[in-house]
Amino acid sequence: MADSIPQSRSRDLDKLLLRPGNLVGPTFEAGAQLRDDIKECVRVLVIGAGGLGCELLKDLAFSGFRNLEVIDMDRIEVTNLNRQFLFRLGDVGKPKAEVAAKRVMERVSGVDIKSHFCRIEDKPISFYNDFHIIVLGLDSIEARSYINSVACSFLEYDSDDNPQEESIKPMVDGGTEGFKGHARIIMPGVTPCFECTIWLFPPQVKFPLCTLAETPRTAAHCIEYAHLIKWDEAHSGKTFDPDDPEHMQWVYSEAVKRAELFGIPGVTYSLTQGVVKNIIPAIASTNAIISAACALETLKVVSGCSKTLTNYLTYNGVEGLHTKVTEFVRDKDCLVCGPGVLIELEASVTLKKFIDLLEDHPKLLLIRVSVTYRGKNLYMQAPPILEEMTRSNLDLPLFELMGKTPRDIVHVTGAAGKGDKKQSCSRKLRVVFKGMVGVTDMDMAGGA
Amino acid sequence: MAEPKVKYDRQLRIWGEQGQAALEKASICLLNCGPTGSETLKNLVLGGVGSITVVDGSKVEVGDLGNNFMVDESSVGESKAKCVCTFLQELNDAVKAKFIEDCPEELIETNPSFFSQFTLVIATQLVEDSMVKLDRICREANIILIFARSYGLMGLVRISVKEHTVIESKPDHFLDDLRLNNPWPELTRFTETIDLNTTDAVVQKHTPYIVILVKIAEEWANTHGGNLPSTREEKRQFKDLIKSKMITADEENYKEAMEASYKVFSPRGIGVSLQKIIDDSCTEVDSSSSDFWVMVAALKEFIANEGGGETPLEGSIPDMTSSTELYVNLQKTYQAKAEADFLVMEQRVRNLLKKIGRDPASISKANIKNFSKNARKLAVCRYRLIEEEFNSPVQSELQKYLTDEGHGTLQEANSVKVLPENTAAGLYILLRAADRFAVNYNKFPSEFDSEMDEDISRLKTTAVSLLNDLGCNSSTVSEDLINEMCRYGASELHVVSAFVGGVASQEVIKLITRQFIPMSGTFIFNGIDNNSQLLLL
Repeated sequence: MADSIPQSRSRDLDKLLLRPGNLVGPTFEAGAQLRDDIKECVRVLVIGAGGLGCELLKDLAFSGFRNLEVIDMDRIEVTNLNRQFLFRLGDVGKPKAEVAAKRVMERVSGVDIKSHFCRIEDKPISFYNDFHIIVLGLDSIEARSYINSVACSFLEYDSDDNPQEESIKPMVDGGTEGFKGHARIIMPGVTPCFECTIWLFPPQVKFPLCTLAETPRTAAHCIEYAHLIKWDEAHSGKTFDPDDPEHMQWVYSEAVKRAELFGIPGVTYSLTQGVVKNIIPAIASTNAIISAACALETLKVVSGCSKTLTNYLTYNGVEGLHTKVTEFVRDKDCLVCGPGVLIELEASVTLKKFIDLLEDHPKLLLIRVSVTYRGKNLYMQAPPILEEMTRSNLDLPLFELMGKTPRDIVHVTGAAGKGDKKQSCSRKLRVVFKGMVGVTDMDMAGGA
Repeated sequence: MAEPKVKYDRQLRIWGEQGQAALEKASICLLNCGPTGSETLKNLVLGGVGSITVVDGSKVEVGDLGNNFMVDESSVGESKAKCVCTFLQELNDAVKAKFIEDCPEELIETNPSFFSQFTLVIATQLVEDSMVKLDRICREANIILIFARSYGLMGLVRISVKEHTVIESKPDHFLDDLRLNNPWPELTRFTETIDLNTTDAVVQKHTPYIVILVKIAEEWANTHGGNLPSTREEKRQFKDLIKSKMITADEENYKEAMEASYKVFSPRGIGVSLQKIIDDSCTEVDSSSSDFWVMVAALKEFIANEGGGETPLEGSIPDMTSSTELYVNLQKTYQAKAEADFLVMEQRVRNLLKKIGRDPASISKANIKNFSKNARKLAVCRYRLIEEEFNSPVQSELQKYLTDEGHGTLQEANSVKVLPENTAAGLYILLRAADRFAVNYNKFPSEFDSEMDEDISRLKTTAVSLLNDLGCNSSTVSEDLINEMCRYGASELHVVSAFVGGVASQEVIKLITRQFIPMSGTFIFNGIDNNSQLLLL
C-alpha cells in the first residue's frame, strides 16, 4: 500500500496528467511539468457566473487550473438559488462574479480567481487576448456572438490563407434549457465558430403586433399586448422595467382584463413573468452536466491528456437519455472566423471615408465604428478622452496611418445588423490599396 | 426565508407544483460521498428534496481536497459523511440532512432492512458484488435504486426498479390531438357553421386551419368513396385543393393548413407504444393493481368502446391564425369533448375499482383527468436486476456493441487516431473486469504506481475471461483501451464525477416527480471523446 507516501492533493488528477497514454492528443507530454504548467502558466477566462459559470469555476479549479478570471454583469437574485450553488440567500443583490470567485477560493486552496463585475463589452479587446482559453457559460445568443467575434479577431492567416496556430484562441461553449444542453469546442479557423453555425440558434419568434392588437388568441398574446402596447399608452415616456414588481403587476392585471374581455383562459402572474422576461427554465443537474463536459474539454484542449470532442455535443434527458456528438463544418466564407472581408481602397481614402464606407458595405453594415491597426488605436468612439485623442486621424489617409503598408489586416469594432436589431461586434478586414500590391507584396502576418 | 416558490421558480416552470411536492416528500439515501455522490446530492438539495441521509464510513484525506468541493482543509481526518452533510445543509435549509458514519458495504451485508425507509437510494462507487446485493435488497423492498460510478475518464449510471410508470411524460415533440382525420360530430357541426367560399376577405383570412382542413377533408372524402388521401399523388392533390381555396397569396391560415395537412393523412387510432401498454398483462387488474394499471385497464375499455379506437381527447389546440372568436369557440369545442371523454373514463375507472373490491373513490378525479389528458403519452419503464444483466446480458445487444465493423484497432485517419465506435462497450467490459481484478489482487488495476506493466496484462487476462463467461469468446477489447483503463488507476476525477453525478441527479428527479421518461439501460460516459452510449443489456 501507499501509506508511507504523503498524499497529494492532486492524487486523482495526477493519474491523468502524469501517466502516459495511447488515447491522447498529439501534444500530450505526461509529467509533473505539465501539471505545473497548467497550475502556473495557463490563464482561463470564464464568461458568466450564473448556472454554468458557478459550476465551471469549481470544475476548472479541480482540474488543476489556478489562474482563473470570471466576468459577469449581473447581481444575485432569489431565483438563482435553485441551481447556482455558490450563492446563499444572504448574497442576494451582490455581484455574481465577486461572490462566485470568493466562494471557490475559500474552498479550493491555491486557486486564484479574479472577478470582473461588468459587461463583456466594457473590457478592451486586448483583455480577452490575455487568456489561453475562454469558457462560455452564457444564456444569450448576443453575448456568445460578441465573444466569438472577439476571439476570432485574434486569428491570423498566413499568405496561403491557413490559420496561424499561435493566433488561435480556443473557446469552449456551453448552454442549457430545462433537461437539455450542449457543449462545444470552437477553435477559430479550424472548427466552426459560433457564427458559422448560427442557424443552430434560431431567433425567438415574436408575435405580430396586429395579432396582439386585433386577434389575440392565447394568454401570451394578452400579456404581450399589455407589455408592448398598453404600457406605452398608459405611461407616456416611462420605460417598462421588468425587474420592478409594480410594473410586472400592472402588466399582469391589464393582461387579465384583456383575457376576460376576449374569453381567453390561462393568464397567470408566473406566465406573465415568463413571457415578458423570456424566462428559460433552468435546473441544477443539467448545468452540472454541461459545465462538467465544458471543463473537461478545456483541460483536454490545454493539456492534450485525451481526445477532444469533435466538435458539438448535445444532451437531452426529456425522453430517456440521448447524447450525440456532431462534427459540424466551417463556413469557408464566414465573416467572423474567415480570413477577413476584403476591402479594396484607393491610397487617398481618409480614415473618415473608410469608416463611412463600412456603414454601407453590404456584408458589414457597421455603425459606430472604432478602428485599430496592429494594436494601435486609429479612431475610438469611446471613452471621450480616447475619442478626442484619435479624432485628428479621421482626416488622414488610411494608407498613411498604416505606415504605407499595401495590404494588411485592420480590426474594427462597432454595431452590426439590420434595422433596429444592432449588436456589438468585432470584425477583421483585409485592406488592400489599389495599385500598391505587387510592388512590395509582403507577407501579411509577417511583422505580427 | 425567501418565498420558496420564488426560489424554485425556474424549476417549477418545468415540473410544476405537483412535481415539486413529490420532491419535497422524497427521502433519499446516498451511499459513499466522494465527488460522484456529493455532486449528485448537491443538485438534489438545491432543488429542494425532502430529506437526505449520507452514508460513508471514511475519513477525509488530503487527496479528497483535490476532487470534492464539500470538504476543505479543516475537514482532514474528520468523518467525510459529516463534512459533506454539513456543506449540503448550507445549500438549502429546507432540506432535512443527516449522516451515518458507516461503511455502505457493511450496511448492505448486515442491515438490509435499513434501506426500506427511503424513497430512493443513490449508490455511488460500489463494486460489482455490492451492487448486486444492494439491488436484490431494494428490489425486494420496492425501493428505487440508482447506481453512479466514476472511474478515470469513464462513468456509469444505471437505474434499477421493477417498474416505473409515467403519466406526464411531457415529450418535446408530440403530434397535436386534433382528430382532423376523424372528427367527432360536434367538431363537424362546428365547421358546418363556417363557409369557406366566403367573399369577405377578413373572414377568409381568419378561418383557423382546423376548420379549413376538416371541411376540405370532408369534401375530399365525399368524392373519394369516403377515404382520405393516402398515396403521395393524392396527398399532393389534396394540398392543391387547399391552395385552390386561397384568394390571395398572403393568407397565413391557408399556408398553415398546407403545412398541417399531414395531420389529415396520419393514421387513425393509437400509436405503437400505447398499444404495447394496453396489451400488457398488467391490464388484467385485481385488488393489488396500482392506480396506474387500473386506469390503463379503463383506458383499454374506453378505446374499444366509446373511443372507437381513439384515446380520450387531450382537449387543447395549438395557436393558429384565426379571429379571436373562432379560436376561442374552437378551443371550447375541444375542451367539451375532452371533458365528456374524461367523464366516461371516470365512470369506467370507478366501475373497475368496484369490481376489484377497492373503494370506487380511491382514485381522485384530478388524477383520472390528468390521466385522460395524457393517455396518448403514457410510458412504462422496467429494469432488469443488475445481477441478470451482469450474468446474462442480452447477447445480441452485447455482440452488437462489441463488434468492430472494421474498427477493431484504432484507425489512422490523417495520422490522428480516431476512436472506434465500440469504445463505450469496451469501457463497460473493462470496468467490470477492473472489479474482478480488485477481488483477485486487492487493488484496482494500476491503482498505485508500482506493477504498472504487470497490471496491464493482468487486466487483459481478466477481461478475456470475463468476455468468455459472457459468451463473447470472439470479442476482444483493444490494447489501447486496456492501457487507458490502467492509466486511470481508479481515480475519481472531479469533472467526471460532476458529469456522472449530474446525469444521476437528473434521472432521480424524473423518477421522483414521475414526469418525463427516465433513461433505459446502462449509460456509459465516455470522457475520452464524449461519445457516450446507452447499452441496452
